[in-house]
Amino acid sequence: MADPVLSIRDLTVEIPTRYGILRPVSGVSYDIAAGEILGVVGESGAGKSMAGNAVIGLLSPPAHIAAGEIHVRGTRVDQLTGDAMRRLRGKEIGMVFQDPLTSLNPLLRIGDQLTETMLAHLDISRAEAERRAVAALEEVGIPGAAERVGSYPHEFSGGMRQRVVIALALCAEPSLIIADEPTTALDVSVQAQIIALLKKLCRERGTAVMLITHDMGVIAEAADRVAVMYAGQLAELGPVRDVLTAPRHPYTHGLMGSTPLASRGKDRLHQIPGAMPRLDALPDGCAFHPRCPRAHDRCRVSPGPRIEDGGGRAACLFPMVEEAVA
Amino acid sequence: MLAFIIRRVFQSILVLLVVGAVAFSMFRFVGDPIDNMLGQERTQADIERLRTELGLDQPFPVQYYKFLKGAVQGNFGVSYRQGRPVSDILIERAPATLELAAVSGFLAITIGIALGVFTAIRRNGFTANAIMSVSLIGVSLPTFLIGILLIYLFSVELGWLPSFGRGETVMVGGWSTGFLTESGLKALILPSITLGLYQMTLIMRLVRSEMLEVLRQDYIRFARARGLRDRAVNFRHALKNTLVPVITVTGLQLGSIIAFAIITETVFQWPGVGLLFINAIQFVDIPVMAAYLMLISVMFVAINLIVDLLYFAIDPRLRADRTAAH
Repeated sequence: MADPVLSIRDLTVEIPTRYGILRPVSGVSYDIAAGEILGVVGESGAGKSMAGNAVIGLLSPPAHIAAGEIHVRGTRVDQLTGDAMRRLRGKEIGMVFQDPLTSLNPLLRIGDQLTETMLAHLDISRAEAERRAVAALEEVGIPGAAERVGSYPHEFSGGMRQRVVIALALCAEPSLIIADEPTTALDVSVQAQIIALLKKLCRERGTAVMLITHDMGVIAEAADRVAVMYAGQLAELGPVRDVLTAPRHPYTHGLMGSTPLASRGKDRLHQIPGAMPRLDALPDGCAFHPRCPRAHDRCRVSPGPRIEDGGGRAACLFPMVEEAVA
Repeated sequence: MLAFIIRRVFQSILVLLVVGAVAFSMFRFVGDPIDNMLGQERTQADIERLRTELGLDQPFPVQYYKFLKGAVQGNFGVSYRQGRPVSDILIERAPATLELAAVSGFLAITIGIALGVFTAIRRNGFTANAIMSVSLIGVSLPTFLIGILLIYLFSVELGWLPSFGRGETVMVGGWSTGFLTESGLKALILPSITLGLYQMTLIMRLVRSEMLEVLRQDYIRFARARGLRDRAVNFRHALKNTLVPVITVTGLQLGSIIAFAIITETVFQWPGVGLLFINAIQFVDIPVMAAYLMLISVMFVAINLIVDLLYFAIDPRLRADRTAAH
């Protein structure tokens, strides 16, 4: 495999608070190759978005990267600050936010938002940027792109706005896109279109995608590999088919069991007992052990093995093997 | 748009009529102008004659009707005190007030917005916090006290600036301006600071709080994630979005700058319409008072109309109720 576009090693994000240091992301490692879509799943607060924000350098203080390395196309980026990091944003790393209704500036024409982004990164004339803005809108499937560049965000529907957001994230041709819950705020009927569009554009351009979501359906639809996060740690990492059909970490197993499927009939949906621990009250040993049906004594004292690329797939001392999802 | 303006003009006329009616009904309680106009050796016959001559024996609706009839033709009557047409006096006095108001308004808006943006962007900085604390003085000290303190410091102690009057003025057309002479400019400094300080601190605090609100919005995060320069994010994206509420308040404040010029003009013996009004009240000079109040309400109404039009210029969402989203 060629060098990955994004490579995260032992990433730890810390937030110092009055009551001690919280670690919303703790020792996470994964790679994303060119043209690959990595789905990052987990509950709210599992650290999915924090990891994404850390990569693009938009952690809101006092949160900061405390340890680990982030490389984008071979360049270390976690130590970049100020203008050097700004140059990378948009140019190397694009980002798509959750809510297209709020992520566009309501007072600027979408054409202007596109051209300003391109002019900030590419060495092209304004006329060329304007021409490319129309092309970018066409590419994301906005009908009548030539007339629509002059429109304001409120003149578009939610799905169309998310297309505009994707065009904005891609217009300076970044090699990595971080899509943070890109379909959560959309109608179900539009979600599939947006995912298909994102997938198509990234395949064509060879853009790596970090697709952050809690929607297993989206993961199954779009991702090549999936990273499951729990309480700031990576619980499981592997090809999407393997993880979905034969999860090894009991947490993933529980998560899959909680996904409603038509084939599963009308039985009550499975529920993982308890709730994810708060960051200031992580248990010793494996963070999942208080909720784990398979927890042994060892789980209470020693954490599961760290997931390294090429190494083990699940951060569990007693991974499940070939057990069908209940 | 045109329909909107026409509707507003009709509303404005209604407002002016009401202001006039209220003003006229109050003049009866200010005192009897006849007392001031005739000397000690007046006879009852003199009083009755003058009263009839001035039309003061008539009921107030009739007086008001006569005033309106004259006002529509640009005739505001003759000042009881100076014996000259009120319109002449106002035209002579207005430049002083308007120049003072323009300079203080300009200072209040530019410095207010600049400091507001600064304190919002550096919200935890020492300088920003110091400015915020000092601004409390501007909000809480009454205008006349600020004026007197400034006079004490810069005129009495330091002797740098004049403590009263307009300095030398030059006639340009029918307009007497203090902008063209050194003493005229010097004379403007203290009164315009006095008059504008409250407005400046108000605008600053408003801009700051609006800006902090806007900086939290998703589209600002998205603008940063696209790698736009800080300047573009702060001014092009954030500031423009803070302007709508700021314009509302600023518009009203400009109106009150002209209206509250009364106090500043009294403190600095500034020969403007405010001082004219104060003297008119002491003398129960009804034509002058009536004309002044009408003038002020015309300005308020005009400013409000401009503010409404500015909304349209800034916020496309208000303009485009005809272009349906699709």
